[in-house]
Amino acid sequence: MGSNLIDALFIFMLAAFIGFEVIRRISPLLHTPLMSLTNALDAIAVVGAIILVGEHKSTFSTALGVVAVIAATSNAVGGFLITDRMLKMFKTSHPTKP
Amino acid sequence: MMTFAGSQQIIEVIYLLASALFIFSLKWMSSPATARRGVWAGEIGMVLAIAGTLLHHGIVDYKWIAIALVVGAGIGVPLGLVQMTAVPQRTALSHAFGALCVTLVGTAEFYLRTPDVPRFMMAVLSLEVILGSLTFTGSLMAAGKLQEVLPQRPLTYRGQNFVNLSLLAISIALAAYLVLHPGAKQLFPAMIGIPLIFGILMVVPIGGADMPTVISLLNSYAGLSAAAMGFVLDSKLLIIAGALDGSSGLILSVIMSKAMNRSFTNVLFGAFGQVQTSAATDQEAKSVRSATAEEAAAILSAANKVVVVPGYGMAVAQAQHKVRELYDSLSKRGVEVRFAIHPVAGRMPGHMNVLLAEADIPYDRLLDMDEINGDFPQTDVALVIGANDVTNPSARTDSSSPIFGMPILDVDKARTVMVIKRGMSPGFAGIDNPLYYLDRTLMLFGDAKSFVGNIVRELGGQS
Repeated sequence: MGSNLIDALFIFMLAAFIGFEVIRRISPLLHTPLMSLTNALDAIAVVGAIILVGEHKSTFSTALGVVAVIAATSNAVGGFLITDRMLKMFKTSHPTKP
Repeated sequence: MMTFAGSQQIIEVIYLLASALFIFSLKWMSSPATARRGVWAGEIGMVLAIAGTLLHHGIVDYKWIAIALVVGAGIGVPLGLVQMTAVPQRTALSHAFGALCVTLVGTAEFYLRTPDVPRFMMAVLSLEVILGSLTFTGSLMAAGKLQEVLPQRPLTYRGQNFVNLSLLAISIALAAYLVLHPGAKQLFPAMIGIPLIFGILMVVPIGGADMPTVISLLNSYAGLSAAAMGFVLDSKLLIIAGALDGSSGLILSVIMSKAMNRSFTNVLFGAFGQVQTSAATDQEAKSVRSATAEEAAAILSAANKVVVVPGYGMAVAQAQHKVRELYDSLSKRGVEVRFAIHPVAGRMPGHMNVLLAEADIPYDRLLDMDEINGDFPQTDVALVIGANDVTNPSARTDSSSPIFGMPILDVDKARTVMVIKRGMSPGFAGIDNPLYYLDRTLMLFGDAKSFVGNIVRELGGQS
């Protein structure tokens, strides 16, 4: 547990740095699609919920897990779908990009 | 034993790939040219991660997983097809769903592991469920306000901050007790229930115009709670995705609160609603100049440079397609038309850009506040449609104004200012806008959609 915890904290710190550096560069033009995309990516929590359902350790945990999988999956599907719909609409006035 | 270890390693490699794809996904979002590739990367990463998870050796029953995935996808599709004006409430709703997932998993993990929960794990698990549950109800409240099923006005009462902070303090105290005594099962429901109430009370005093900040903040909370879940489950993938989402939400909240010249604490604890009463009362009989669509069309067609300043009012009136017609008509006459977008225009970060892109206005015509503000003195006509406070010059000049210091679009520096507005009622903050009384300002009274339509018709008639 001890070394795992430290590893996990390192990973968190590095990922947060990457997040700050990458997202700082994103133009305000795309902030709405950005938020729906990160929302969809956040639905990766579904992996924890899937294991919870699949391990079937108690009826209670399975029931909570099923609702959790439903919530996360709807976020992933809906999030990617709407992000793509939004991005499709962004067109430039120059037909061919220089 | 070998196969266990083998499949476990394959799963870890798949998770590694998924993490890399998630980072690329965000990186490609930096430009509209590559952004759709970013969505693809995210989708592939997600599918890989889910497929990899299904290989997990501990899974004994696939039936419920399959049912839940199908039901979830069934709910997700309509949520992905909402109208662009409804994107803010959809986003708030998906923050709520994400937080719900995290809270439920955290709850199940607690009851499976109690009473043998190591202290650190109990601490992150508490963080997970506290953040998750307050984000769940807070986001539902935000979605309700945005969808206008709940009153949008900020609701304030005496001692509000005291009540809210006490609730938060109690849930943190419960968490601390559970860290020391993880067998105290009976306290766990309270540790979830109190933040659920706190989430509601936190958003009650927040008005419509503060929604961009609140949505971003809730986004950040949702990400952090997912990262905490990653610590509990020892899942690096989840920690990475949560950290990315959390930092994204945090950056957006900082940008939003800067754009409103307010601190986080001020947004959360200082309901904007109260300050205005005094400012709105000194109603002197000041005179305004108004103009008809015909006059507006004549001025616009004689201009070289026009800057349109759209606000949420434009979206409410569904005027964006008429605005596009105006853009086409003026562009055809050789008038340079650009759009000035204030960071808090709309109900979430970047919302106005999406609405204008939907109306087929090219994105290279949409400029940020910082890009456009220097150009207003050389602008012949600034046309304000449904925006108010973000154009209010008292933010620059009047230190007694409640919005003093807020960065604004300097439309008052343009040679002529035209403001399309239903009437003289003040904006969300109830603050009078001196812009309307300037000599160079023409008020165009009417509904944004029909007024812009009339201007377009006049322009057509003149050619």
